[in-house]
Amino acid sequence: MTTPRLTARRITLNALALAAATLLAPGFAGAQADTLKIGLILPMTGPFASTGRQIEAAARLWMAQNGAKVAGKTVELIVKDDAGVADTTRRLAQELVVNDKVVALAGFGLTPLALAAAPVATQGKTPLVVMAAATSSITEASPYIIRTSFTLPQAAIGIAEWAAKNKIKKAVTMVTDYGPGIDAEKFFVDRFLLNGGTVPEKLRTPLRSPDFAPVLQKVRDAQPDAVFVFLPSGQGAAFMKQFAERGLDRAGIKLIGTGDVVDDDILADMGDVALGVVTSHHYSAAHKSPANQKYVAAFQAANPKMRPNFMSVGGYDGMRVIYKALETTKGAGGEALLAAMKGQIFESPRGQVLIDAQTRDIVQDIYIRRVEKVNGALYNVEFDAMKGVKDPGKNR
Amino acid sequence: MLTLLFDGIAYGMLLFVLALGLAVTMGLMNFINLAHGAFAMAGGYVLVLLMQRGGWPFLAALPVCFVVPALLGAALERTLYRPMYRKPHLDQVLFSIGLTFMAVAAVDYAMGSSQQNLQLPDWLRQRWEFGSGPWMLGVGAYRLFIVVVCVALALGLQALLTRTRFGSRLRAAVDDPVVAAGLGIPVNRVFLLTFAVGSGLAGLGGALGADILGLDPSFPLKFMVYFLIVCAVGGTQSITGPLLAALLLGIADVFGKYYLPKLGGFIVYTLMIVILLWRPQGLFTREAR
Repeated sequence: MTTPRLTARRITLNALALAAATLLAPGFAGAQADTLKIGLILPMTGPFASTGRQIEAAARLWMAQNGAKVAGKTVELIVKDDAGVADTTRRLAQELVVNDKVVALAGFGLTPLALAAAPVATQGKTPLVVMAAATSSITEASPYIIRTSFTLPQAAIGIAEWAAKNKIKKAVTMVTDYGPGIDAEKFFVDRFLLNGGTVPEKLRTPLRSPDFAPVLQKVRDAQPDAVFVFLPSGQGAAFMKQFAERGLDRAGIKLIGTGDVVDDDILADMGDVALGVVTSHHYSAAHKSPANQKYVAAFQAANPKMRPNFMSVGGYDGMRVIYKALETTKGAGGEALLAAMKGQIFESPRGQVLIDAQTRDIVQDIYIRRVEKVNGALYNVEFDAMKGVKDPGKNR
Repeated sequence: MLTLLFDGIAYGMLLFVLALGLAVTMGLMNFINLAHGAFAMAGGYVLVLLMQRGGWPFLAALPVCFVVPALLGAALERTLYRPMYRKPHLDQVLFSIGLTFMAVAAVDYAMGSSQQNLQLPDWLRQRWEFGSGPWMLGVGAYRLFIVVVCVALALGLQALLTRTRFGSRLRAAVDDPVVAAGLGIPVNRVFLLTFAVGSGLAGLGGALGADILGLDPSFPLKFMVYFLIVCAVGGTQSITGPLLAALLLGIADVFGKYYLPKLGGFIVYTLMIVILLWRPQGLFTREAR
């Protein structure tokens, strides 16, 4: 007599639980409940396409290595091209959140693009993983932003310290005139002045003009010991050529900067003029660690003729952060996913990193590197490091 | 100072060759061809393809950069442009800007959207320096090469227009196509040739400029404004007008970026507005028609 009653009660309970689950997770009710979508917005065309290509390749590599299943659900990566236009980024972010119901937004090649999508993350309560853009203030634009790339202040203070200790007394800065460039200039100059250097000129160039001739002439006329340069990823080759053409190297002006100038993606094509350039950055394809050697080999096996650069590592680690957080939350999104992303400590190809729970920004080692020939090809060879650098832009 | 002046002249010369074809079609044929930059881009990509994939030497590849856009221009003139000559200017503008967008998308698809990196031969990468202090003159071999080529082109074209039979036929065909045709001048062929040469010159300019201006699929849109400024300021009735206008713009741009970097590219536009307020018909036009 008891058995049928028990079954009936169990069925009722199950039905109740199902109804509750449906109510609690309206996002999944309409869509397939067994897929987790990640929206990757990148500049795949336009002048910053190299950033997009690198990050997409790295994200796909992570998925190929770690499988497309997390917490029993299939992960689907939706890649959208914003061509580097902020309006488009915002629209795509909205579509991904509203129509595709993604659990996380990721990518964001340039600062203005990340800032355009920030309000969408806040309103949609969707975690947003910045894999590239590097202005310090981005993580303050929304409490849902996590960053896995780097910040310019982080990278710039490394070379400022090194320059002051290596007989560079007078430096001119030359940065691209937008968020990260201004960050780089400010933090380099502050740290360099603190260490007793002088900065007679601070020059800025427009984002979309690759003609550096007048600015380089100005650098040359100021006759500094070194010129500190920040350029967005991808413009380094054109700059390096004009640097040599104008004879700045022969005039005894050293080229220093953050690692964007000697980006691994294009370094091999720059020619010998890049030899000896000293920069500070968080990643070099020549970083000596088993994890990185494995990463570079796998990346190049999947993408022949491409060398992974710092953008790719931001994408690779970004996918890792999303995957591990989804494992923790068993596939739930929103606040829970955000909480699971905070505080992750792991070994990245670039070394040990931490997602600071308080600032949601990445804490990592900054390396001082010099361009050298390794087996006939140009690489950034690391020779010094600052351990566990927190973004200096957050302490103000 | 002198270095800047020299850089400005080289930049201006480049603008001149790039814009000359536009001045010719606009002034002589009364046709507004906003797709002009697309022919320049074609020249640039021909150079990149020949040098990077074909392994051609720089000097051998340059003439091809003239010929290919010229043929392309001729083919398009015969098929697409000719029916547009009689249409109102708005139709011409819409038609040619549409063509530009198609060219941008096509090149993006075929060649990728990243900036092309050109390796010039070593003899063009030298640099000579004279004097010292503020009067030091630094001359980059490549920029000198550009100046020499462009001066030669300007002189050659001036001679072609004023001294040859073709030149007088062209001027006649422009002044009054009906009477010119009645006198037995093959107006259509004259226009076809002129358009082809204009496109070829743009291609050559694009090839020469690939290293200095940068070359990516957005090239025609990025520099369209500059071409139009050259034509607006210089007037389109002679060769000297655009030449002087281009030099003025080039020098102003370089000096502006050096002395007033905050204003950046703004200088050029200010200059244009001032000049056009002062002389709306253009600096070097005799009078408005």
